[in-house]
This record gives sequence, structure tokens and C-alpha cells, in this order.
Amino acid sequence: MSRRVAITGIGVVAPGAVGTKQFWELLMAGRPVTRTITSFDPGRFRSQLAAECDFYPEQHGLSPEQCARLDRVTQFALVAAREAMLDSRIASTGEAAHRVGVSIGTAVGCTQQLEQQYRAVSDHHEHWWVDHSRASPFFYDYFVPSSIAAELAWLVGAEGPSTVVSTGCTSGIDAIGYGCELIREGSVDVVVAGGSDAPIAPITVACFDAIKATSSRNDDPETACRPFDRTRNGFVLGEGAAVLVLERLELARARGARIYGEVAGFASRSNGYHMTGLRADGREMAAAVTAALDEARLPATAVDYVNAHGTATKQNDRHETAALKHSLREHAYRVPVSSIKSMIGHSLGAIGAIEVATCALSLENGAVPPTANLHEPEPELDLDYVPLVAREMPVEVALTVGSGFGGFQSAMVLARDLGPLA
Amino acid sequence: MDAFTLAELIRIMRECAGEDDQVDLDGDVAEVDFAELGYDSLALLETAGRLAREWGVSLPEEELTQVRTPAGYVALVNRELAQSGAGG
Amino acid sequence: MTTAAVTGIGVVAPNGLGVADYWSAVLRGQPAIGPIPDSTYPVRFAGQVVGFEPDRHLPGRLVPQTDRMTQFAIAAADWAVQDAKLDLSGFDPLDVGVVTAGTSGGFSFGQRELANLCHRGPEHVSAYMSFAWFYAVNSGQISIRHDLRGPTGVLVADQAGGLDALAQARRKVRQGTRLVLTGGLDCPLCPYSLTAQLAGGRLSDRDDPATAYLPFDVRAGGHVPGEGGAILVLEDRAQAGARGAAVYGEIAGYGATTDPHPDSGRPPNLRRAIELALADAGLHPADVAVVFADAAAVPELDQAEARALAEVFGPHGVPVTAPKTAIGRIYAGGGPLDVVAALLALRERVIPPTVNVARRTVDRAVDLVEAPRPLTGSAALVLARGVGGFNSALVVSTRDIVDR
Repeated sequence: MSRRVAITGIGVVAPGAVGTKQFWELLMAGRPVTRTITSFDPGRFRSQLAAECDFYPEQHGLSPEQCARLDRVTQFALVAAREAMLDSRIASTGEAAHRVGVSIGTAVGCTQQLEQQYRAVSDHHEHWWVDHSRASPFFYDYFVPSSIAAELAWLVGAEGPSTVVSTGCTSGIDAIGYGCELIREGSVDVVVAGGSDAPIAPITVACFDAIKATSSRNDDPETACRPFDRTRNGFVLGEGAAVLVLERLELARARGARIYGEVAGFASRSNGYHMTGLRADGREMAAAVTAALDEARLPATAVDYVNAHGTATKQNDRHETAALKHSLREHAYRVPVSSIKSMIGHSLGAIGAIEVATCALSLENGAVPPTANLHEPEPELDLDYVPLVAREMPVEVALTVGSGFGGFQSAMVLARDLGPLA
Repeated sequence: MDAFTLAELIRIMRECAGEDDQVDLDGDVAEVDFAELGYDSLALLETAGRLAREWGVSLPEEELTQVRTPAGYVALVNRELAQSGAGG
Repeated sequence: MTTAAVTGIGVVAPNGLGVADYWSAVLRGQPAIGPIPDSTYPVRFAGQVVGFEPDRHLPGRLVPQTDRMTQFAIAAADWAVQDAKLDLSGFDPLDVGVVTAGTSGGFSFGQRELANLCHRGPEHVSAYMSFAWFYAVNSGQISIRHDLRGPTGVLVADQAGGLDALAQARRKVRQGTRLVLTGGLDCPLCPYSLTAQLAGGRLSDRDDPATAYLPFDVRAGGHVPGEGGAILVLEDRAQAGARGAAVYGEIAGYGATTDPHPDSGRPPNLRRAIELALADAGLHPADVAVVFADAAAVPELDQAEARALAEVFGPHGVPVTAPKTAIGRIYAGGGPLDVVAALLALRERVIPPTVNVARRTVDRAVDLVEAPRPLTGSAALVLARGVGGFNSALVVSTRDIVDR
């Protein structure tokens, strides 16, 4: 059997909660933190809502230099990584640095600064041409989002392989999956892996307005995101990061590390269909789920909890429900399925990692978060979506799924303990 | 106020959403399904955005998802133009 | 273990469209760096693709929704599939994947839409902007065009990412995916993109195309950017044989490392990446017939590369070439283009030249190939480094390959 992968540290920056403990409390309270956008005036936009992080980088340990130089997406990633490293109590210096890698997901990278830089080089919209002399000296780092991986590598002292994984809204899961592959093949022993995005900027909001994917329930921000509900009308943009410390299980056990669980299986597929559309049958997401369970050597009936993609678009929630029925069959009707996007919105390339972190915390805490704002499910959506109230229950195996622009479909299986090493 | 025509719709769609190589948009396409013409929901949304800017007409989202043919799209635009009193 | 064989190649490059034209130009050392039209910026030259006609090379519906980078990617994927004589309908779509590298996304599209947003207002932003500029777009569009539903990936590590993508595609083939389209395409030549690169401080501001990009030369003063890249078809060697496909060669080894922070006092890690790649390929340094260098043309970086090569191969220990001096650095597209050149160099038994470099530095430790030279051996090493300290090394091999 190939090497097994343990999760030994978690760090989270989420709307309404900076820090893993606060994040879990928010989920357990079932409290949506979606609100009217405060970071810019959203008056001209169709959707004026977001789930924003109340994030003060200096309070979270970043230097003034980092605060000035780094885009918000990188700041999120660094704060989450620092928490994860402390949580894991791992040291990575000296020769061990070569055995540490970084894999960080992001869908839209340094969007805020990319937009800011456009404003700067056009002299605050005075010119249609671009004046390079007005650009920030750090523009290149915003332009190429692998700068996020480089900053993380420097923070944790990683000198093994480092990369950004950017598969749209599955980036977070896929980055963790990529990190697991590096450990399984023996390239490294530790990977700092996760996802980060800070997309709440006029350009992103305008894009989603144009395709009418976001909720326009501007008069009721807190209940705007209603996954699986009959009245759902789109997702609410979010932001944040989650970073995990992934570690070769053998070494984690040997050093007596606290182990949240194992990444037992991972798979990604595409629908080969449409950049933003989904086939109703959900076959490719189902194929990813089945492949992830196969890798974990677990039957569908072993899954105790499904963390859904659950964006609250009409299309997604039907697609996903169909995918779960295909892959889990009868068990789909028994297993609790919930969407935390109902509370913290959809943070694109970060959310997959935040959802993997949620699954790990479910294993650890013996509880699953609810789907907030779900009062009346659409009739065809007939699974147990854990409406409104968190549920205490033992979770041995958790599944999380994601779906992204580009047609990407991903699934990851976490297990609390797969038994002794072979 | 000028009425919005099929020719105008086709011109805009060609420009903003391209043209399927297997389809002759100059033929009799008024009642042909958008899917057969190679246009997906994004093409219809992109067209709607262009119409909002050029014709000052805002098409209701729910109805936009129901429209199946160019003739239907043209009728929807003209109805909205008449109701709003806007025109190109 | 499964051998990941390259059976198809699609190239869009400043010096040629298609693998045959590209290789012929590379071998001749034909310069393809030209003036950027109307550049008001302190970067005058770029490797620009000529003769690419989106309306001819792409389905009409895809043209308005794609950045030039994605138009290249779609065409390159089409050509790779044709080159591999593939009938994809014979494969279960779930058995075919796509892994590409991105660098900065599609910013000629992005710049236009940022302008629409800032100068005209949010309602002027295109619906296609929701994906046309993001880093994942090429993998998405290729998978949709060919109905490929297997494992997908997108890696971003600046110029190193192109090699990382090929390595990830190899992982997928080894794990049982029957076929993967892989590579990278870039097109960072719009004013916004040039401005970002100028801020990065590594562009050359020379006013003569022949001296604008001179790695390993005493006159090295930054690089010329370029556009283009390549898509490769990767599949299990046995399967390729069974379907009668011709094989260019295999992806035989790979290693990736990250440099420590420049202020850390710790040494850089390019050497380690090379050693990992050779070990992965089961080769000794003496087995390597040629190295395709990263060739940054920044004096410290050239020295670091020369040092790493000397440490692994000995001083003057291996022929080194950098055909990219004729086309510029192409970020996500650069590594895959070098891999293509390396495969063809092994097949044709000739090392293509590094053009323009005449006054070499680094104590002449590097055996830089300045005119085509016969090649002996069956393995080539390709290096790529990205801003931020990314080092990737890939070994391609033609061991046991019958001539095409």
C-alpha cells in the first residue's frame, strides 16, 4: 500500500471567524454571516452581497511590510498556514526542509490588486492606455499567483516542490489532493496544503452579475444563500482560506502528533461539457466520488457525512443531488448532507479547502454543521440536508465534493482512522 | 420608436457570441432552437448584456432563461421596449 | 512501472505553427524576436506568433469568448490530437484527462474587461469574463472541445509550471488514466501584462533584437517575453504500441524544489531538482546528452544555473543549449516548448543552437552550444525556474524507441 496521509494541523480564515476554533463554533451555531458588501460601494451592482472576513492582518501576526506588500489572498493564506503549523507542532528547518512541500489552491489569485493595479496604471480611469510608471513594484507578484506559494514556502521553510493549483472552484480540494499525491509517491513527508481566495472586488462581482450566478436578494442579506431550498436564487460570494498540514501518517504517529484523520481518497474529473454549465445527471461528479471511495477502499455505505458543494444555484444543487444518488445509491438518502456556503458564502478556490477542514473538524468533534436558511427544500431535492441545526453524531468517514467553472468535479474522502499501518 | 428586428439580434449575437461553423445564420433561423444554432445560455446572457447597453432594455432574468428561439428573443425584447418606452 | 510516452505534439510558437515548422526553425536558429508594435514601454521586443488566424484555427463560437492564450491552447490541442493520429471517440471520456500550466491567465481579455468596468461601468463587463481570464481556462476549454472527462489539473509556478504540468500528467498516466493532454500556453504581451512584467524587473530594455536576450553572456540584461507554447499527448507506452502510434519519447524523470528565502543564507536548490530528476529516471549525469537551460539572462541567475550544472555534470561536463534565445521566455509555454525541442533533438541526433550569445561568461564553465552539434545519447534534461524560487527539472528519453 502506498504511503498514508494524516492531517495534523488546521488553520482557517473564514467570514465571521478567523481561527479554527471560532470557525467551528460559527458552523455549530448555524449562523449565516452573509451581508451587504462593505469593502466597496456595491450600489451599481446586481448582487450587492458577500460573506466578508473581518480581517486585520497586523493583529493576526503579519508584519507592516507584509501588510503593505501582499494581496489579501496571500495574507489569508499566511495567517491560516501559521495557525496550521502551530496546531501541528511540527518543526521544519534544516535538512527536513527538503522534505516539505507547498500546494495552495486559488481560483482568481490576487484579483483585488490586479484590479487596483489597473486603476493605478490608467491613472484612476483618466486614461484608456496603460502607464507602467504608475504600477506598484509588486505588480508582478500580483500578476502571477504562484507568488502565494512562494510566500508560504518561505513562511514554513519548505524547500521541496511548491505550487499553486488553480482549477477554479475545485482549487482547494485539488490542491490538498495534489499535496497528498506528493506524500504518497514519496517526494515529501509534509505538505502545507490548502486554498485561499479574496475575490470580493468590483470586477468579480460584475462577472457573476453578468452570468446571473449570484443571489440578488439584496434586501435580506443574512438569508440570501439558501442551498437546496425551493426559493434559492444563486450563491453569495465569500472569501477566506484554509490550510492543512498533511503529513506522512507513519511519521505523524511516530512523533505522537495529534491526528485529525487521514485523507483516504481523492479524485478529480471533468464534465467536458461547458465552462459554467452542468449536465443534469451529475455523472462526472459521481465518477469522482466513486474513484475517491475506491482509492480509500471504502464502500459508499461507510460515508457518515457529506459536505456538499451546495452553492444554492438552481443548477448546482440539482446536479449535486443527482451525483450523490448515482455514487452513493440508497445510502445517499440516509447520510447527512450539508452546505456551509449557506453561512460563509462561496470563496471560490478557498472553499474546497475550508470544506476539507470542516470534514476534519467533524471527525474530531463528532458533529456535522447544518445547512442554514433551508426551510423548504425543492421537491426533487430529497436528501437529508441537515436543515438549520447542527447535529452531534460520530463521524468516522466524511466525503466532500466540489464543482467548478471549467467543468471540474472533485471529491475527497477523509477517515478518522483507517487502522494500523500495514 | 424603432422595433427590434431579427437581423439586429443576429448581428449582435454574431458579434458578441460568435457563429457556429455548421450553421447559416443568414438562413431562416427565426424559429430554430438556440441550441441548434450553437448558442448556449451564456451566449444569450452576453447578448442580453449588449442589449442593455445598446438598446437600454433590461430583460427579465426568469423569462430570459425560458426563451428558446430568435423569434422568441426578438418578441421579448420588443415587449420590454414597449413597456419601458426605451428605444435605440 | 507504466511508461508515459509522448505520442502527439501541437505547437504554437513565435518561430512556427505546428511541430515541424517549430523544429525546423529551432534547428536553424532562426530568430523570431521582433518589435512590439507601438510599444511605448521600456521593453521593445517580444517573440510574437505570426500567421495565427483565430477564425481559421478555431470554431467560430469560441473566438469571442477566449483570450489569445486560450485560442493558442485550443489549436495546439487540436494539432496534438491530429499528430498522435488519435480517434478520441475510441476512448471512454472518463479515461482521458487534461493537465495544463497557467501563469498569469488571459489578460488581453482581462485588460479589456477591466477597462470596461472602470471606464464604463459594471454592466459593460462581458459574461465570458467569468472564466476567460482565469488560470484554469485552458484546461477547461480543451476538455470541453474534445469531451474529455478524466482527471484535470492546472498548476501555476511561473516559468517552472510547464514542466510541473507534464510531470502531473505522467502521474495520472501511471495511475491508470489512459491518455492525458498536457502542456502550457501563454500570451502575456498586452500593455497590462507588459507593465506587470516590467515591475518584475527581469525584462530587457535593449533596442536591438539580436542583443536583447543574452543568457550566459557578459551582456546579459534580462529577457524578452514571448507568446505561445505546446500541448503534448501523453499515454502509456504499451497502449501507444497497441494502437500503432509513433512515440517521440518518454517523460522519464522529474524533480522539483523551492529555493529558500534569499535572505535565509541557505543555498538554492536547482541542483537538487536536477539530481532528483536524474534519480527518478534511473540515470547518471553521464547519460544526459544535452541540457535545455532555463537561461534567465539575469547575471546572478545565470551563475546559479551554471554552478548547479557544474556541480552535477562537472565543469564543461555536458552540452547546454537555450533555443529560447530565438523566441523569448514564454512562461507556462516555455517548458513544454523546450521539451518538444529536446524530444526532437534526441530523435534527430542533433543539438539545436543558442542564438545570439557570443561573449560568454561564467568562467566558460558552461558548454553552450552555439551552432548545431551532433548529439550522442538518448536522454535530455530540461530545466525551468520560476520567480519565487521554483525549480523544475524534467528528463525526456528515447531509450528503446524505434525511429518514427
